[in-house]
Amino acid sequence: MPVNDNVDQGLEKKMNKSLSSNSKVKHFNQQESLFHSYADFEETPTWAAVVTVLGYAILSALGWLRDFLRNIGFEEKKTANDPNPKDFVPLYQSYECFYTRNLYTRIRDVFNQPIASVAGAKVEVMERLSDDFNWTFKFSGKKLPSINLGSYNYLGFAENQGPCSEQAIKSIETYGVTTTSTRHELGNQQYMKELECLMAEYLNLEDCIAFGMGFATNALNIPTLAGKGDLILSDRLNHTSLILGARLSGAAVHTFDHNNIQDLESKLRDAIIHGQPRTCRPWKKILIIVEGVYSMEGSLCKLPEIIGLKKKYKAYLYVDEAHSIGAIGPRGRGVVDYWKVNPNDIDIHMGTFTKSFGSAGGYLAGKKTLIDHIRVYSHSACYSSSMSAPIVHQIISALSIIMGRDGTNDGQKRIQQLACNVRYFRRQLVDMGFIVYGNDNSPVVPVMIFMPAKIAAVNREMLKRGCAVVTVGFPATALTESRVRFCISAGHTKKMLDHALRSMDEVGHLVSLRYSKQNHHRRWHELNHADYDKEYLS
Amino acid sequence: MGSSMTRGDIESLATDFYDLLESFKHAPVYHLSFEIFLVLAVSWLVFFRKPRPIEKKLTEKEKQELIDEWQPEPLVPSVDPNHPALNVRVLDGIVGKTVEIDGRKSLNFATFNFLNFVGKQRIADKAIQAVQKYGVGSCGPRGFYGTIDIHLELEERLARFFNCEEGIIYSYGFSTIASIIPAYSKRNDILFVDEGVHYAIQKGVEASRSHVKWFRHNDIADLERLLAEQEILDKKNPKKARSIRRFLIIEGLYVNYGDICPIQRMVELKYKYKYRIFLDESVSFGTIGQTGRGVTEYYNIDRQKIDLISSTLEYAAGSIGGFAVGSSFVVDHQRLSAQGYCFSASLPPLLAAAAIEALNIMEEENTTLFETIMDKSKRLHKKILSIKGYIVNGDEISPLKHLRLTNTLNTIGRLEEIVQFAQSRDITITVARYLSDEHRLPEPSIRLILNVEMNDEELEFLCTVLQEALVKVTT
Repeated sequence: MPVNDNVDQGLEKKMNKSLSSNSKVKHFNQQESLFHSYADFEETPTWAAVVTVLGYAILSALGWLRDFLRNIGFEEKKTANDPNPKDFVPLYQSYECFYTRNLYTRIRDVFNQPIASVAGAKVEVMERLSDDFNWTFKFSGKKLPSINLGSYNYLGFAENQGPCSEQAIKSIETYGVTTTSTRHELGNQQYMKELECLMAEYLNLEDCIAFGMGFATNALNIPTLAGKGDLILSDRLNHTSLILGARLSGAAVHTFDHNNIQDLESKLRDAIIHGQPRTCRPWKKILIIVEGVYSMEGSLCKLPEIIGLKKKYKAYLYVDEAHSIGAIGPRGRGVVDYWKVNPNDIDIHMGTFTKSFGSAGGYLAGKKTLIDHIRVYSHSACYSSSMSAPIVHQIISALSIIMGRDGTNDGQKRIQQLACNVRYFRRQLVDMGFIVYGNDNSPVVPVMIFMPAKIAAVNREMLKRGCAVVTVGFPATALTESRVRFCISAGHTKKMLDHALRSMDEVGHLVSLRYSKQNHHRRWHELNHADYDKEYLS
Repeated sequence: MGSSMTRGDIESLATDFYDLLESFKHAPVYHLSFEIFLVLAVSWLVFFRKPRPIEKKLTEKEKQELIDEWQPEPLVPSVDPNHPALNVRVLDGIVGKTVEIDGRKSLNFATFNFLNFVGKQRIADKAIQAVQKYGVGSCGPRGFYGTIDIHLELEERLARFFNCEEGIIYSYGFSTIASIIPAYSKRNDILFVDEGVHYAIQKGVEASRSHVKWFRHNDIADLERLLAEQEILDKKNPKKARSIRRFLIIEGLYVNYGDICPIQRMVELKYKYKYRIFLDESVSFGTIGQTGRGVTEYYNIDRQKIDLISSTLEYAAGSIGGFAVGSSFVVDHQRLSAQGYCFSASLPPLLAAAAIEALNIMEEENTTLFETIMDKSKRLHKKILSIKGYIVNGDEISPLKHLRLTNTLNTIGRLEEIVQFAQSRDITITVARYLSDEHRLPEPSIRLILNVEMNDEELEFLCTVLQEALVKVTT
């Protein structure tokens, strides 16, 4: 496999430079500084936690009061009514919807914002207005051009022009939009084989199989890998699709603390020594499920240590690279590339095509025997329509570009641009005094905001300044850990990032988001071009 | 001791006893309390303490031995390389009314292309326009800038098509009903499910962890029996009954059987036994009813009485994805609690555009699509019935039929022979494929699907070929 040594070394130099110029950081040796997995999770300041809980308490109290007023008829009930007669058992318990009615609806305008253009580096957000505090919305017709910091577009392939979309358009003319048949019947097209071979080559594995939906790839295929009598050890912060797949499989599921190798080891030891509960029979097999990059934390999994454990205790490893494939690693091959481990050490590689390839769908890759088994027993292969032709051709086209098969070095440029953008953005945020979670190289950048009201404030203020960001709170995150999550793209130019940083600086000042105790709080100053080039490009 | 006690003995016993009582009266308090405490402690030890199991403490050496000895099973069992799923026909072209296999064109009766929208120029044009405006992928879930104006348009159009308040779309047909059921039905609720439902519904039911009561396929009497049994249980414990939700999950037209559900009776029973109906119209959307609006239109049922209608865009509509329509009260809940909606990337805009154009074609003023497909289904049904030796399952107006051989002749091997023979005569049909862990695995069958643009000659040709195949296989 051709390895572009020059590029790797150049990248190493750049990364070293940026870390050494970060004056506060502890001194690492050459090797460690390159790939340290030390993910920054600065502790929540106590006063912030207290104020956050107080905030939720006040909101809940107000919520109870409003519910009471609605029940006695003083206030109008704005939720829809059940068309069935009153003696039916209510479809929702009123406490289930308490959160939706009283907390979520207040800031509902911040979520599900519709867009009217391609979800690229810049996006047009449709303006929504509400007369009744977010119970109903009206479109004003105005489109707000904003910098897109929320969509998963790591390598910038979300474009409506260029070689990828041309390929997609050609394929619609050749193959139509769908086949209306399953992979087991008449949906097995030549382009599916082409995609799977190309993806296997990209990942340096024996075989690969692709599906039409990333969520379904996990939820419908984990049951074919594990069953009753097996044990699944899953990271506490795993994605819902992994949890659902583990549940549907019928295996016993234990969670271990996020990225905590000692906890994982102790759970492995306990499992093998004590066997299944009550019967004490030995487990038939143990499957460890982790993610490459965690989408809410921005942390990378500690892959070399986990592989070490897996080999020591003879367990199997499933790595979900939804956010890391294409976005991490000097050649864009994901966490395997980043940590420079042998891809055959991981039993099942999983990933999605939605984030870095600008398309849709998911894949599973590994040894041929494994993939053959999945081809036969996968729920998705047997009952779902096969993938749509333009979707597949977009992926094939994007892969060719990344692998350099199209004759240009556009792919490598994108990967480097993304790495550069990520380092720049993260460094600047940390220097400003925000608490930023996650690994320094991960393109997912969560900045903590803690308090519930600030979720809405940050989003609205950033949108006013032309930046479309994603803010999340409970229940997607822990109660006191609301955050704004930036997704950096290779399509972002320095100008766009500077605009975003300037806005974040203003909003951070307006809303008081500078919580960090480890770093000084500073206002943002634009780096002049010479300094930027020296630090980040050279 | 046998002999009676003398008077003296009794007197001395009595005095002893009296002395004992007197001593209690004169004993110090601490002494008494100590005695009472001892009595209580002994009685607790004897009657109430559970015997603690003797804990085996393993030594480090033993633990290491256990770890070294443990051998896991292989990750996956080995698979027969001749399994049909590993030797599927590879195609390379449009899979429309005709399909090209090994360089030869054959008539396609195997894919769910009911209205022949695959390869239609109008739909392709709209999809291309969408790519030129929105790119290919949507790059995010609905909550985070993955909602594109074209999704909102499609949801509105679908709601209008069915004359319901609100619609919601999903990016994958399988995930639609599999996410909807667990969003409403939780651990304590009861699901009455027809045994013949397709696999996605079975997975949804499994994911919900509710109590499931399966009733025999399309057997209303069996359903009534189960409902009556549940009513008796409810009467015994009315407080608990008031917190258990009940749902009936049925399909409009069953994919695995080709027959239509007795929806009128089920709606009547709904008001008697107070359950909610979730109707899955994957196959009946766009194929049944005067204007393709499904079994509710065919049987003239008020759609407001059905709580939720779900369907897929992957069959008649010729796109990818799924949707659900119903009242706002029911549908809006999914936006926060259906996993396949919240945690998954949204439908690529080009597929939404294709679906909207498909709806445009279906809603055209003078369309005869639906009349034609019902009519042709009836004719095909009659034609196949006239071939002796085949059993046809499915309603006569259903464009999806299951073909079986009689009795013991009906094996997968023979059916595959029929399929191969048909392919050699340029007719593409397929054996229906299932996974072995279906709740009730249907008998092997050939799934025949009618394309609305097949003409009479082609249907005749199909029947001729089927007849010849039968002869070949049974001799």
